[in-house]
Amino acid sequence: MATEEWKFTTKDIAEKPDLFLSGHRACAGCGPATVLRMIMKATRGPTIVTEATGCMEVVSSIYPYTSWAVPWLHTAFETAAANASGIEAALKILKKKGKVKYEHVDVIALAGDGGTYDIGIQALSGAVERGHDFLFVLYDNEAYMNTGIQRSGGTPHGAATTTSPAGTVIPGKLEYKKPIAEIMVAHEMPYVATASPYYWRDMLTKVRKGLEVEGPAFLHVFAPCPRGWRSDPAKSIEYSKLAVETCVFPLWESINGQCQLSTPSKLIALAPQKKKLVTEYLKGQGRFSHMFKPQGRKLLEEVQRVTDERWQRLLSKCGMKQ
Amino acid sequence: MTVKDKGWKEIAPAGVCSKASTDFLTGDWKTYTPLRDPVKCTRCLLCVAFCPDGAIHWRPEKGDIEFDTRYCKGCGICANECPTKAITMKFEQE
Ligand SMILES: Cc1ncc(C[n+]2csc(CCOP(=O)(O)OP(=O)(O)O)c2C)c(N)n1
Ligand code: SF4
Ligand code: SF4
Ligand code: SF4
Ligand SMILES: [Mg+2]
Repeated sequence: MATEEWKFTTKDIAEKPDLFLSGHRACAGCGPATVLRMIMKATRGPTIVTEATGCMEVVSSIYPYTSWAVPWLHTAFETAAANASGIEAALKILKKKGKVKYEHVDVIALAGDGGTYDIGIQALSGAVERGHDFLFVLYDNEAYMNTGIQRSGGTPHGAATTTSPAGTVIPGKLEYKKPIAEIMVAHEMPYVATASPYYWRDMLTKVRKGLEVEGPAFLHVFAPCPRGWRSDPAKSIEYSKLAVETCVFPLWESINGQCQLSTPSKLIALAPQKKKLVTEYLKGQGRFSHMFKPQGRKLLEEVQRVTDERWQRLLSKCGMKQ
Repeated sequence: MTVKDKGWKEIAPAGVCSKASTDFLTGDWKTYTPLRDPVKCTRCLLCVAFCPDGAIHWRPEKGDIEFDTRYCKGCGICANECPTKAITMKFEQE
């Protein structure tokens, strides 16, 4: 199925059988669960998924149950991209020997922020440098959730986690979120994009593009975690919208190094008065609650300033001045 | 299913999961149940797309959606995202 034939309507999603099945053990309102269910709707044919250790791996493979209606492999925490490299290389040689009957098999590697920004980055960087044909999907819930909410390179500045607790000593995480998607762009790979489940059509189109492109593709998906963010489970999708509207998590894609804003963020760039204040996104999340106390004011201002700076940098990268 | 699950000594070294998780019902986790007003509902299917648990099904033959209480965990995402506010979350009494 080519991208044109699948219109990516809600009806298409509803009528395509789930490949990430019900009965998984993710918490109620789990953002990553919605993300996985949805991205699997954009697959185009035979697909093999490999996944790093983390919440989504655990909740979908508790023995003797599996939530995967496609071949699925888990080995270790740091190995999603190494697994994908091996699978892709094996498929190539088996096809050469006439042992694979399919014209093409897509390979998707899935990992959380811990499994991507931190422990998985060398495997990812190597696989991309070697040019394996696979799609790496990072579902970013901004901490090591499966082991009890420890901070990662993807945790935003100021967020309280169990290893960056907000109190009298530190005001939450001291460091800034690592620009992982930009680091992937620096690999000069064919396709890099960011996505958010609220903008589901944009997200599914990017999954499909990532599969269609020859060579490695990287998709960074924003995935709210009500358990770790101390947020209302009903609002997981709403936060994925607010993160885009406040430019905390802008949507863009880079095709062969050419960076362009995706529609939801482009509309904000063209009409800057639409850009919401970061407080709209931060409020209601328990991990940021200390920022709304009198002593958190400076931190709040700093988060706004850094968000604005990063947004401006992105605009100039995309050739848009403001 | 009457077949006994294999213990750790009998399974393949790689640990192959043999059953679909659809055999594992998560519906009893919930404390709130989604109730939909069929008059307000426009069948836009956004709730079907956003549900983390695949617990809302589109039935083309009926032209309508169906909530699957066997899996619904009562998160309220469907109610929060419904554009016509057709879904309310009802507190489950014991
Ligand atoms: C080498 C190694 N170190 C530590 C662990 C323990 N561990 C399992 S999952 C996990 C956190 C995963 O975090 P992330 O990748 O962000 O995924 P999430 O659970 O947040 O979805 C850790 C530290 C492990 N399995 N292997
Ligand atoms: S801890 Fe967060 S990411 Fe993990 S299953 Fe629960 S809601 Fe999902
Ligand atoms: S989101 Fe609301 S209007 Fe749309 S199908 Fe669901 S209940 Fe109906
Ligand atoms: S309450 Fe949550 S789990 Fe239940 S149907 Fe709605 S979105 Fe799905
Ligand atoms: Mg994580």
